[in-house]
Amino acid sequence: MSTGRDSETTFEEDSQPNDEVVPYSDDETEDELEDQGPAVEPEQNRVNRETEEKRETFKKDCTWQVKANDRSFHEQPQFMNTKFFCIKESKYSSNAIKTYKYNAFTFLPMNLFEQFKRAANFYFLVLLILQAIPQITTLAWYTTLVPLLMVLGITAIKDLVDDVARHKMDKEINNRTCEVIKDGRFKTAKWKEVQVGDVIRLKKNDFIPADILLLSSSEPNSLCYVETAELDGETNLKFRMALESTHEHLQREHSLAAFDGFIECEEPNNRLDKFTGTLFWRNMSFPLDADKILLRGCVIRNTDFCHGLVIFAGADTKIMRNSGKTRFKRTKIDYLMNYMVYTIFVVLILLSAGLAIGHAYWEAQVGNYSWYLYDGEDATPSYRGFLNFWGYIIVLNTMVPISLYVSVEVIRLGQSYFINWDLQMYYPEKDTPAKARTTTLNEQLGQIHYIFSDKTGTLTQNIMTFKKCCINGQIYGDPRDVSLHSHSKIEQVDFSWNTYADGKLAFYDHYLIEQIQTGKESEVRQFFFLLAICHTVMVERIDGQLNYQAASPDEGALVSAARNFGFAFLARTQNTITISEMGTKRTYHVLAILDFNSDRKRMSIIVRTPEGNIRLYCKGADTVIYERLHPMNPTKQETQDALDIFANETLRTLCLCYKEIEEKEFAEWNKKFVAASVAPTNRDEALDKVYEEIEKDLILLGATAIEDKLQDGVPETISKLAKADIKIWVLTGDKKETAENIGFACELLTEETTICYGEDISSLLHTRMENQRNRGGVYAKLIPPVHEPFFTPGENRALIITGSWLNEILLEKKTKRSKILKLKFPRTEEERRMRSQSKRRLEIKKEQQQKNFVDLACECSAVICCRVTPKQKAMVVDLVKRYKKAVTLAIGDGANDVNMIKTAHIGVGISGQEGMQAVMSSDYSFAQFRYLQRLLLVHGRWSYIRMCKFLRYFFYKNFAFTLVHFWYSFFNGYSAQTAYEDWFITLYNVLYSSLPVLLMGLLDQDVSDKLSLRFPGLYVVGQRDLLFNYKRFFVSLLHGVLTSMVLFFIPLGAYLQTVGQDGEAPSDYQSFAVTIASALIITVNFQIGLDTSYWTFVNAFSIFGSIALYFGIMFDFHSAGIHVLFPSAFQFTGTASNALRQPYIWLTIILTVAVCLLPVVAIRFLSMTIWPSESDKIQKHRKRLKAEEQWKRRPSMFRRGASSRRSAYAFSHQRGYADLISSGRSIRRKRSPLDAIIADGTAEYRRTVES
Amino acid sequence: MAMNYNAKDEVDGGPPGAPGGAAKNRRPDNTAFKQQRLPAWQPILTAGTVLPTFFIIGLIFIPIGIGIFVTSNNIREIEIDYTGTEPSSPCNKCLFPNATPCFCTINFTLEQSFEGNVFMYYGLSNFYQNHRRYVKSRDDSQLNGDASALLNPSKECEPYRRNEDKPIAPCGAIANSMFNDTLELFLISNESQSTPIPLQRKGIAWWTDKNVKFRNPPGGKDLEERFKGTTKPVNWVKPVYMLDSDPNNSGFINEDFIVWMRTAALPTFRKLYRLIERRNDLHPTLPAGQYYLNITYNYPVHSFDGRKRMILSTISWMGGKNPFLGIAYITIGSISFLLGVVLLVINHKYRNSSNTADITI
Repeated sequence: MSTGRDSETTFEEDSQPNDEVVPYSDDETEDELEDQGPAVEPEQNRVNRETEEKRETFKKDCTWQVKANDRSFHEQPQFMNTKFFCIKESKYSSNAIKTYKYNAFTFLPMNLFEQFKRAANFYFLVLLILQAIPQITTLAWYTTLVPLLMVLGITAIKDLVDDVARHKMDKEINNRTCEVIKDGRFKTAKWKEVQVGDVIRLKKNDFIPADILLLSSSEPNSLCYVETAELDGETNLKFRMALESTHEHLQREHSLAAFDGFIECEEPNNRLDKFTGTLFWRNMSFPLDADKILLRGCVIRNTDFCHGLVIFAGADTKIMRNSGKTRFKRTKIDYLMNYMVYTIFVVLILLSAGLAIGHAYWEAQVGNYSWYLYDGEDATPSYRGFLNFWGYIIVLNTMVPISLYVSVEVIRLGQSYFINWDLQMYYPEKDTPAKARTTTLNEQLGQIHYIFSDKTGTLTQNIMTFKKCCINGQIYGDPRDVSLHSHSKIEQVDFSWNTYADGKLAFYDHYLIEQIQTGKESEVRQFFFLLAICHTVMVERIDGQLNYQAASPDEGALVSAARNFGFAFLARTQNTITISEMGTKRTYHVLAILDFNSDRKRMSIIVRTPEGNIRLYCKGADTVIYERLHPMNPTKQETQDALDIFANETLRTLCLCYKEIEEKEFAEWNKKFVAASVAPTNRDEALDKVYEEIEKDLILLGATAIEDKLQDGVPETISKLAKADIKIWVLTGDKKETAENIGFACELLTEETTICYGEDISSLLHTRMENQRNRGGVYAKLIPPVHEPFFTPGENRALIITGSWLNEILLEKKTKRSKILKLKFPRTEEERRMRSQSKRRLEIKKEQQQKNFVDLACECSAVICCRVTPKQKAMVVDLVKRYKKAVTLAIGDGANDVNMIKTAHIGVGISGQEGMQAVMSSDYSFAQFRYLQRLLLVHGRWSYIRMCKFLRYFFYKNFAFTLVHFWYSFFNGYSAQTAYEDWFITLYNVLYSSLPVLLMGLLDQDVSDKLSLRFPGLYVVGQRDLLFNYKRFFVSLLHGVLTSMVLFFIPLGAYLQTVGQDGEAPSDYQSFAVTIASALIITVNFQIGLDTSYWTFVNAFSIFGSIALYFGIMFDFHSAGIHVLFPSAFQFTGTASNALRQPYIWLTIILTVAVCLLPVVAIRFLSMTIWPSESDKIQKHRKRLKAEEQWKRRPSMFRRGASSRRSAYAFSHQRGYADLISSGRSIRRKRSPLDAIIADGTAEYRRTVES
Repeated sequence: MAMNYNAKDEVDGGPPGAPGGAAKNRRPDNTAFKQQRLPAWQPILTAGTVLPTFFIIGLIFIPIGIGIFVTSNNIREIEIDYTGTEPSSPCNKCLFPNATPCFCTINFTLEQSFEGNVFMYYGLSNFYQNHRRYVKSRDDSQLNGDASALLNPSKECEPYRRNEDKPIAPCGAIANSMFNDTLELFLISNESQSTPIPLQRKGIAWWTDKNVKFRNPPGGKDLEERFKGTTKPVNWVKPVYMLDSDPNNSGFINEDFIVWMRTAALPTFRKLYRLIERRNDLHPTLPAGQYYLNITYNYPVHSFDGRKRMILSTISWMGGKNPFLGIAYITIGSISFLLGVVLLVINHKYRNSSNTADITI
């Protein structure tokens, strides 16, 4: 994260937004900021309250009490919270974590409860209850119960499997071990046994089991290095340091066992970087802050062992507090589907009401006079109609498809598995397959409009490599003699002469090596010497190999490069640096480190050579270095040209320079420096001023060029996605220059692009606001919005905007606003009204401004937001979501992307990196950015098409099935008599018609994956909701209605006066039911056959299998045997065999099926011939396209014209380790006594002041 | 890179990332199913497949339709309405409730002789045998001979479940409203003499109904004893065991009863009443000539505007007379053929453009 120390900066009024800083700290949550402006309050009360609050702050905040080595302390009654009535529970959680939801006893009731919370399931439960009422039951009880049980059962099994996995995971974690003091000795204990107040010992590479206070460690000063990748995704090591007194007194086991410190601190919360508390020990109190706390989830590194006191355990730990509360995401189709189900529900009620009225009328006209219908109850026709209303609700309930939701779940689950299984999204180098972590969003992947991408680690690999350099005006790095070696492979430089080379650097310029080895040009050696000495890298020897630990990858790359070129940085103490210069070791005395920060954009080091000369070495951004150069620099122009060349190749550059300092001059400066470093106030500013004084009249050595390596296939992927009409926004915490550079590197920006910056669009938006105000003022909303473009269309535009400008434009200046509000409080009613009015006006203005901004940004082909905080990333995503109503996808790898990933409709995490935070909160994860194109263009598109086809068919088949009852009503006195056997109704949705459509939903593909990728334009159907919308829905319903009419009226015609071939009259109800049911089953199964465009043997098997299954089950249910066993449950005995013996009935069935399907075939054929879709065309020419499969991929073209694009500079975004180095704490010596460190002059001063 | 990627290459090349293979490999399996590469047939609706389909369907359906139509037209059928609502009708007198039992006679003439087996039906219209309340008002267990259900019929039978504290056998509204007119057919050979036509009362129900679904309750030899403890349905004159003198056609397995219990699909229906078997000699079963129908008019339909009919019909391989299916087949066949022609024209018109049309994306 790049927040760091810049975060304290607040806005000055009327100042221009600062492009360099990240706007405000994320620590301040939205609520806090709001809270600062109390709404209405009399002055006096407020003053009183505030003073009171101040007094109570400490008490109120620090209510969490921990006593070391005293478990009974935490079991005292005042720490018990009442949970249910009388069951008490300690407020201190145990360290066992519990992520599972059910246990063996609670599974059934809790799972059922959860399932019935879903509207659909509840609806069917209500139906079931209705069916139990004898007056209105029209269907046998099992018609609803059996499908409902199946649906509940499938869901329950899925939940059970998930929960078992969670159980396993919990168990695995809870049974990890660490060492805990018990009875005065360290004993191995399981994590779940650890409790608050325990003193534990951790070893190198251990995971930390709970949030603990660091007491001591094996390192000097009880430093402890931790890797926080699991928490925040940052892979560089962080150090934590124990209190001095615990460091001194708590090294031994017995002293640790006797430790009886008492801690008062804040209650558990989710802020990772904040902690306040006090340690009371030996009648002294010590303040505690986050630097002394080791958080659960981190890993101990580079520290042999450390001791700590458990403060928060289990659910109270910060990592656990941070997890959870994942927002439940639903897809667009989900919402649409719900509305459609509501629509159907309304249709159901209307139909039932209509039929009920019909029944009442019929009863009055006919029923009352039909003596044979006498039922012994003197009910009025209208009451009968009322009962029949409910009866029809039950009969027609299958219009709302009971298995719809569960089928949708099954399909999505299957599609998720296909994503997990995809070999082409598997990254072999890290053994990482793609993973669909959410199984409910797949079809949304086919509808993405906007992609929000992080830069570092997502577009780039976050690997910096030393590519080129310019020394004394001469550029090195390009392979020489290209003409000679054009067809042979260009040889890499051989570094074997150098014992310190790590063999990882690939360099092609042999001439540079020659130059170094001969030493002809002293500047060349000086250049690499500078790289080896001017940095804040830490070094460690592992198995005799040098291992560098850098605050930024840029710096690491430079120091490693120097090492390979013969200038190896070997060791560092607090005031010396040892370097091997072409094999000879020399130790330099460090006089001062002038550390990097984002204002200075440079760092310098002042050293005394063994010969006694004092020299300043400096590296920094060209803009700042050039200002400070000595006017007599001969290579200034050449270096400038080289920098331009590097910048055009999207390389990150730094300028290197040095100067000699006279002894006297240094002594003078050093005085000021020491004075500034102990300055009580504004120390940073004072120091910067002092630094400025010495960093002048520099002599330019040259420039380095580092490549920020893009991930594989990024430009290709981006251009593919752009062709699919997906807009890509890059959101990064990086600097503007870097971000712009990457924009060019991944071809998001090209030379033709006109780039707009914050100030440009600010003025544009301002004019627009003025116009809008003139037109409608506050009531602009009432006027229909006219869409007028901000830019002339056709131009290729890009927007680059920094976080500060974003805040400025979007009127998000919170600090400022709350300040104004705080100033005075409204006294009168009048004032209050005015205040609220102005507030409202401000809100409207803000909304208008935000809308304008989104409109403007969406007109640009690319948008890059740099210097944005995680919260702003989320805000930008939210803006687009809100004002564009578009489907968004956020992709990122680090903890700073979590917000954005959670906000977007779909979050994608890059896995395989060390940090897991982004992945944990993402919906999909894979290892490489380039897999995004496959995820969207192939899986997303397929999933969308499959889901749409599935839904359309599903609604169709249920309408075709159910509405036959409706038509039949007109011939049975609207008496809610069903047109089918009860068993058929029961099994229709679960057995006879479910499998083929499920398989189509899983397997269908209109065009192959290769063609999907080759024609990204196919993706557009999903973005425009073309395949499933209200129109399509109603067409499906209409199709269903027509099919049901055919299904009913053709058999009706046939049955009007028929007799069977034996003379028996087969016009009985049961034969009629069988005829319609058979025709229905054949029709819907053939229909799905028509809809299936990818016939595998499974599809064929399922379609014919379903028909066969129908006949099989029907003949079984109509057999003599089953009737003898259950005479009243199976009443259709003999119907199938008697009815289907008649050729007449078969002829009827064939005719019905033909009339249902032939028009569909004709219409499909016509639309394919007259208005073929792109996908149709590609399908038609599939063979031809396959033949030309061997097409060549267009070589990626970097358009590097002559341009004046100025470069980025490479540096860390954080301050380096300079403070740490000069404080002497981290330097590994042979366990030197503390006094030795304290003895040092300058450093010691600074340390005391700091601590 | 992703474009030219071929899953097969990678597999043949061996897993690049895991040389040891000892570590847990999370590489997905390279199976056709998991990689969604199952061999498949991808049918497209092309002119080559669609047009022949329409023509073939047209060519098949039209002859079938003509065949059915001709067959249907060759069937002899006569329908005689004896409801008696018209004042001129001989049965008009029976409409008044006091006239029971009521006999009436209707004369009719067969213009052509009926050959082969002739079937005699009774037809009712505006009679909602498919009404939900009516359809469920029966107890299949009782009808299946279940002893306990015999004495304790299902609740569905209400209000025809018990009468005077005795269970009704057979219970329910369907049984209670059983058709009870008696129809007799006579051929008038000359002025004064008439010969009755022999009507078979057995063989009119489905075999499964007669032998599986309907069974008399178990017990003694005597049918009456088997139905002991039950009472007749309210509207019936005789108890169920006296429906026929033949013990194999009495009780629940009486075929008239079985036929009635098989409820009709539509409010206008016909049910098989009697069989007139073909005689061995060359004479037609029912020669052309004068006939009269003797009706014992019991069944009231006037109250709900119902009609009663007697139908005599011969049958063919596809059943009785019904012109609908033949006409429907001819129509659909012709439409299909026409559609084929229309599609052919349209396809011809658009073929050129669709062939040259390049994919625009």
